[in-house]
Amino acid sequence: MTHDALVAIDHVTFGYDRRVILSDVSMVFPRGKVIAIMGGSGCGKTTLLRLIGGVLTPQQGTITFDGAPVDPRDRESLYALRRRLGMLFQFGALFTDLTVYDNVAFPLREHTGLPEPMVRDLVLMKLNAVGLRGAAQLKPADLSGGMARRVALARAIALDPDLIMYDEPFAGLDPISLGVAANLIRRLNDATGATSLVVSHDVNECFLISDYVYVISGGRIVGRGTPAEVQSSDDPEVLQFIRGEPDGPVRFHYPAPGYADDLGLRA
Amino acid sequence: MTASDALPALGRRALDLLQRLGHSAFFFLDLLRNAPAALRRFYLVIAQVHAIGNYSLVIIAASGLAVGFVLALQGYYTLSRYGAAESLGLLVALSLVRELGPVVTGLLFAGRAGTSLTAEIGLMKAGEQLAAMEMMAVDPKSRVLAPRFVAGAISMPLLAAIFSAVGILGGYVVGVLMIGIDPGAFWSQMQSGVDVWDDVGNGIIKSVVFGVACTFIALYQGYEAEATPEGVSQATTRTVVISSLAVLGLDFVLTALMFSTPR
Repeated sequence: MTHDALVAIDHVTFGYDRRVILSDVSMVFPRGKVIAIMGGSGCGKTTLLRLIGGVLTPQQGTITFDGAPVDPRDRESLYALRRRLGMLFQFGALFTDLTVYDNVAFPLREHTGLPEPMVRDLVLMKLNAVGLRGAAQLKPADLSGGMARRVALARAIALDPDLIMYDEPFAGLDPISLGVAANLIRRLNDATGATSLVVSHDVNECFLISDYVYVISGGRIVGRGTPAEVQSSDDPEVLQFIRGEPDGPVRFHYPAPGYADDLGLRA
Repeated sequence: MTASDALPALGRRALDLLQRLGHSAFFFLDLLRNAPAALRRFYLVIAQVHAIGNYSLVIIAASGLAVGFVLALQGYYTLSRYGAAESLGLLVALSLVRELGPVVTGLLFAGRAGTSLTAEIGLMKAGEQLAAMEMMAVDPKSRVLAPRFVAGAISMPLLAAIFSAVGILGGYVVGVLMIGIDPGAFWSQMQSGVDVWDDVGNGIIKSVVFGVACTFIALYQGYEAEATPEGVSQATTRTVVISSLAVLGLDFVLTALMFSTPR
């Protein structure tokens, strides 16, 4: 399986100062699949994407992209890697001074040097794929949250990347936009043959569209497998997460001294 | 606080300050390194000259006019005591070209263009736009910061020149049209007394230096701003404070250097 992997994360540990975000995490993302990484807020999901994109450097372990190690210190190879990578930020991160059209055209103009008529055709094709060809001349401020994310998706796939990373693609979307987004992720993955990495805490959508699921909690992988396997897991942390129970291995209360002590009820 | 506490605290502050200075120096070098790339894509610079320069025109022209009016009034008051009121044109022109043009424009530039640059870059950072650019393998320093840096260095001398020109016109309005000084004396004294290199040239050098300094400070503060509303607001305030002090400090140093140049 490893030689077929587009991205391999090998015993990676990362943290800030003394706070450990990820400890000894190993994952494999095979080509052409949709992989979901699920976990509660602040469990290190986004950190993982930043590590793959070379924004952060792991303290221990290695990350390889298509066989080559990701090394943030080697700027040239890092930028070469990033050209093969599309990332959808949580709130789209569209350039607010550019129109929808120019946002999608941005990576094409920066990297390809294609003549403008060809850029135009490509932009319209990408926008058509996310259903927003008609919104080409709007500004990001005129878009709803769901539309902005679709435009950002069109921009992320503008250069036909090998890996598309989605950071919380479902957060804060209405049910219709949510269904559209989930559908798009699966369809684009199958149509372009890319590998998709979805970081999310929306359990149902992730199970619906992904081929393989990792569940992270407290910086460790607590569950992995196909959606069916994870759903039938008997690990208490996985169960608490997918059922959305308020208390369990992940405590409802932030660590605190005894309640009675705090209220001064015990002399 | 005891002396044993104060000393390490002082040391920490000094180290912290040095670290920030070093960091900003590297940032400045990065901007310089990326400036040629910005010049090659000059349409990016032109858009920024428009945003930084054109939109500052009204405040610069209005201030120049006001300063010119006041200079003429105050200058006439002093000069007429020595019977040298005819030299009013020379006084107004020298004051503006050598000193007030670059300095006041620098201060206004920090307030008008510097703050908008800091807020723009800070909000781009807060909206993850810079991070998104990074992930697209586009260096924000080369694509976003460098064109603004070059545009600031181009706009500032032009604005200072406009400030001085409008100020001289203001001096003419008050000195000649209102007070009644001979227009021939006003212009001819100015023409014979203002040197292109020593006066105008030094003024231009000052304004280029102020433009580079103010734009650099504004971009650095925006780029390093904490990505929160308070962070951006604090960065904008720091831009005005640091830029203004930098303009005044650099002005003294430059003036001292220029005065000491042998003729």
